Amino acid sequence: MLIIDKEKCIGCGVCEANCAFGAISMEDGCAVVGDSCTLCGSCVDTCDVEALKIEIAADAGSTCNLNEWSGVWVFAECRDGEVSPVSYELLGAGRNLADQRKVSLGAVLLGSNVRDKATELIAGGADLVYLADHEELLQYREDVYGSVLCEMISTHKPEVVLAGATAIGRSMVPRVATELRTGLTADCTQLSMREEDGALLQTRPAFGGNIMATIECPHTRPQMATVRPKVMLPLVSDTQRSGDIIEFNPTAQALTSNVAILESVKAEQEKVNIQEEDILIAGGRGLDGEKGFSLIKELADELGAAVAASRAAVDSGWVSYPHQVGQTGKTVSPKLYIACGISGAIQHTVGMQSAETIVAINRDENATIFNYATYGLVGDLFEIVPLLKNKIKNVRGQ
Amino acid sequence: MKIVVCIKQVPDAKDVRLDPETNTLAREGVESIMNPFDRHALEEAVRIKEEHGGEVVALSMGPPQAETVLREAISCGADRGVLVSDRGFAGADTWATSYTLGNAVQTLGEFDMVLCGKQAIDGDTAQVGPGLATQLRVPFVTCVQKIRTIEGKSLDLERMMDDGYDVVRLPIPCLLTVVKDINEPRTPSLKGKMKAKKAEITVLSAADIGAKPDCIGLAGSPTRVVNVFSPPPRGDRTVFTGSAEEQVDQLVEQLGKYI
Repeated sequence: MLIIDKEKCIGCGVCEANCAFGAISMEDGCAVVGDSCTLCGSCVDTCDVEALKIEIAADAGSTCNLNEWSGVWVFAECRDGEVSPVSYELLGAGRNLADQRKVSLGAVLLGSNVRDKATELIAGGADLVYLADHEELLQYREDVYGSVLCEMISTHKPEVVLAGATAIGRSMVPRVATELRTGLTADCTQLSMREEDGALLQTRPAFGGNIMATIECPHTRPQMATVRPKVMLPLVSDTQRSGDIIEFNPTAQALTSNVAILESVKAEQEKVNIQEEDILIAGGRGLDGEKGFSLIKELADELGAAVAASRAAVDSGWVSYPHQVGQTGKTVSPKLYIACGISGAIQHTVGMQSAETIVAINRDENATIFNYATYGLVGDLFEIVPLLKNKIKNVRGQ
Repeated sequence: MKIVVCIKQVPDAKDVRLDPETNTLAREGVESIMNPFDRHALEEAVRIKEEHGGEVVALSMGPPQAETVLREAISCGADRGVLVSDRGFAGADTWATSYTLGNAVQTLGEFDMVLCGKQAIDGDTAQVGPGLATQLRVPFVTCVQKIRTIEGKSLDLERMMDDGYDVVRLPIPCLLTVVKDINEPRTPSLKGKMKAKKAEITVLSAADIGAKPDCIGLAGSPTRVVNVFSPPPRGDRTVFTGSAEEQVDQLVEQLGKYI
């Protein structure tokens, strides 16, 4: 818990002002901790008189021998026989981490008849491909995939395991971390190694992106993290790169499932996986109906982009939920995000503010969205969007 | 059918603002609300109960004031509310939270289903649902967008994937996390509000749920926050002027590399 040394505390209030959780108050010239303290420790560093400290009763899993764990792993997500792009992005990030630690970079490949993907993963940066090829792994099921990954980790003991923050990654990786009683950090935007002790420093946005937090996993292994698509950069595929395939035979128990996939339905409309797109054209309330949406669809088609939407547009039924960006939708970080008729409520902006370039088109020059925009256009989107489409068409035609 | 719904009290996102002067979160007037995804989980539980009978228990882990969201849950159809609250839970990461909720659910006795929202809007991790299922040793499915049928001890549902959806069959007992597509939550009835007002919320401590001290709170958490900082500011902003056509011309010039 957070201990306040009443002798040392001078009641200056700096900790109170720095507490993001409103957990510290000043009573009779001395700091007092309330129930909402999350022990984040930010007050401890701000105290000039060192009156604050965090005491931990007993540390989780402090018996784990960290030296037994070596190597960086990437979970190579494979669906319908295709490795997802985020897996190559993670190999790019994992390569740096492995080189820093002077250890090997492994890719975990689970599926049925997926052996041929191993060479692609090696070309993408992996030194080793841990392959479990079994018909029970044909379709993704939480329990089987989770159990097999647990067995692989327990056998080979990697120090780091990275996975994409996709529908699959976000569902099975927490199961694995819970089972192995180790730490997992979701949606990291930055990963680095602390050289002295090989601690993986995992940085992620918190409080809807208002704060960045760096998290480590000091006493247990593996150190696990998920990363959203498009955050890390893949390496240039190099077919000259050499690597080995390590076969893994899961136990019969791990392959036994309680869950059956009766059917796998692909969305009819294309480009529904907006997290994987480089360019997104997003529409909000200002589109004023499905007709407005067809305008941004045309622009999207011209740019080879996908359509995204604010909650208002989804709730109005102009476009389906998988396209929703924001707090109750998806978080995206495309290269280019064009927001049309979106006011910029925080529920929306938390989902798109990490885009490389943001363009806002809105008739209200005071709309909040302009605070997030790299480029802003003030005016009627029904006039601007078609103009933009034609202009792009001309430029591309040249 | 006994259903436990996990509910988190979270700060209302629209109120959360960074104070430009001090660079800390301005918390004056920040209201606490029921996590929006949990509202859908609760609604689904109440609908299942209405069709198949049984009991809906709303469960929350948090400070004493989290009692408010449990009363709200009762006003929306939950039969009772249980709050696990203990100073020892402070600093819990998703592992310690899953452990604590797991012990709490087990303390409540046998269950058929545990329903959770896909994720909480303050932490955004989506890890506690799968973590809790693992602690309880029951099968789970995340991001459920529709429950198709419940027959005996078997459940058919649709799970949202990145490229569409899967139709999944799993046995009861199990745990599901839901997305907001699953239903449209009701607003509390007057009768529900009356019931919520009078309801007694059970409060359980770490000792009550048999939680081991080295598995809860910061001590039980494998992860540690080592640094908290403000995100780097976005680069320069340009708002174009002129006619629509002039603005478009200026934009296209800037967007060269994307076109």
